[in-house]
Amino acid sequence: MAIIKESIRNQITFSQIPFGEGLKKGVQLTPEELIKVVRDSNIRGRGGAGFPTGMKWSFTAAAKGDKKYVVCNADEGEPGTFKDRVIFSNWAKLVFEGMALAGYAIGADEGIIYLRGEYTFLRKELEKQLEEERAAGLLGQNVAGKEGFSFDIHVHMGSGAYVCGEETALLEALEGHRGEARNRPPFPATCGYLGKPTVVNNVETFAWIASILVKGADWFKGLGTEKSAGLKLFSVSGDVERPGVYEFPFGITVEQLLKEVGGEGAKAVQIGGASGHCVPASNFNRAIAYEDVATGGSIMVIGPQRSMLDVLENFMEFFADESCGQCVPCRIGNSKLLEGVRMLQEGECTSKYLNELCKLAETMQIASKCGLGQSSPTAFLDIVKYFRRELFSGQAF
Amino acid sequence: MLIIQHKKTIDLIKDLAEKHGRQRNALIPILQDIRDKCGQISDFAMQAVAEELKIEPTEVYGVATFYAFLGVQPRGRYVIRLCRTLSCDMAGKDDVARQLENDLGITFGETTKDGLFTLEWANCMGVCDQGPALLVNEDLYTQVTPEKVGEILDSLRCPA
Ligand SMILES: Cc1cc2nc3c(=O)[nH]c(=O)nc-3n(C[C@H](O)[C@H](O)[C@H](O)COP(=O)(O)O)c2cc1C
Ligand code: SF4
Repeated sequence: MAIIKESIRNQITFSQIPFGEGLKKGVQLTPEELIKVVRDSNIRGRGGAGFPTGMKWSFTAAAKGDKKYVVCNADEGEPGTFKDRVIFSNWAKLVFEGMALAGYAIGADEGIIYLRGEYTFLRKELEKQLEEERAAGLLGQNVAGKEGFSFDIHVHMGSGAYVCGEETALLEALEGHRGEARNRPPFPATCGYLGKPTVVNNVETFAWIASILVKGADWFKGLGTEKSAGLKLFSVSGDVERPGVYEFPFGITVEQLLKEVGGEGAKAVQIGGASGHCVPASNFNRAIAYEDVATGGSIMVIGPQRSMLDVLENFMEFFADESCGQCVPCRIGNSKLLEGVRMLQEGECTSKYLNELCKLAETMQIASKCGLGQSSPTAFLDIVKYFRRELFSGQAF
Repeated sequence: MLIIQHKKTIDLIKDLAEKHGRQRNALIPILQDIRDKCGQISDFAMQAVAEELKIEPTEVYGVATFYAFLGVQPRGRYVIRLCRTLSCDMAGKDDVARQLENDLGITFGETTKDGLFTLEWANCMGVCDQGPALLVNEDLYTQVTPEKVGEILDSLRCPA
């Protein structure tokens, strides 16, 4: 039993894509041609980091290995994001098709969905739909009628660890270890799950690939901006009238987005989750795109009544809790930043110490082993930069 | 009594190893099943799993303690997890937290004496548009208010 209301707030392209069509079209091409379509669409990964998907697939296709894997990253742990949950609840089959297309492109016959433990309530329905796909010939032997192409998918449950969204920590978890990020290189494209070449993509990325096969690479490329092609799902929450999932093209400004969701009058917007950027009202003309403010889709709107110190405390508690503890800059750094926030709350932080904390934050950005530690101080630095007066006075401005 | 209990645990773990395999990548699914069936991953269970998969018990302990949804401490029949991330925080999670503590008579991290409820914090649960969010075992409750807390607990105490 899960009591969840519908989250969809505007017209979403996935509703117009007939299930099965993208996969059927894809397997008519050669794997090389399929990768070219993905490349030509200019799609970049929807999980946050924004790596070009076509390039990732061609590296994995070129990697030598008797066995390869396709992994769907459904860990969705970034604070403020829930669009992958909504995709699975409404268009799971597009995700399965995207995974099968990846399998065809790189030469893999096995796909794994790493589903976060918090979403256990989705599992049964996903498995039912996987069964339907098998019955429809879209998974199993000779997928979509393609002689000799086998591909199947199973679901693997996560156990509550944000860091496991980081792709190498995710692979460690899949292999039965502590979810501690690996050194890179080697990248998963050459040495992934069980040491085999592996494609790891976000839930939304796979669904877009299936859609691109139906609507064409040019259609996708023609939307968004030059460097950030296409449409994107956004998870909007916080102080807005209409929270939920929205589809917008990349390049939309913060201001335009706030108007659509009923969040005018906000004092700041946290874009990209706790690890993303905090954009103050004076910068609401900035665009949401990889070349400006990047995001995996999380938009948390902060109203004028909120204390930025409370916001910051919330984020730093999160990172201090979720750091895997493997490397010093992240393990100690996040605790130190949290301690600093608490000193500010008590009105006991000297200017000099705050500057030192900012230096520490910059060190964490370069010296941490994985993306968690590298991005955890981003909001700290932004909030200190834009809200210094509020931090020292304890009053909201 | 203890011997019977141990024998049961060993049998369960053998069954789980049959189901998930004896490779290293079976470890977490096995621990997840032990948690669901026994409510706790005990020291004895970890030893038995290590033996079954031919790995060191410390490896099993390292994994069991890494993940928030595994863990080695005993938990109640219902594990109640309240989301503490920003959107749920702004939606009023503090009031819900206080009511949960009052109605259960425990603080976060504790289990009620009757072994029925464990109260824990959780990080973002992916329903940020409908906070405050509460996860009870696998079931999700959204837009929880302090006045709904009593109702939810009652429905768990005496399922209809
Ligand atoms: C701490 C951390 C958490 C992450 N969490 C997720 C996640 O929940 N889902 C996701 O798709 N990517 C997540 N990522 C990004 C992945 O490492 C990886 O870049 C992504 O899955 C690749 O897929 P994409 O190219 O389709 O976006 C996370 C990265 C870091 C550093
Ligand atoms: S940066 Fe943080 S999460 Fe990443 S490896 Fe280091 S301690 Fe672990």
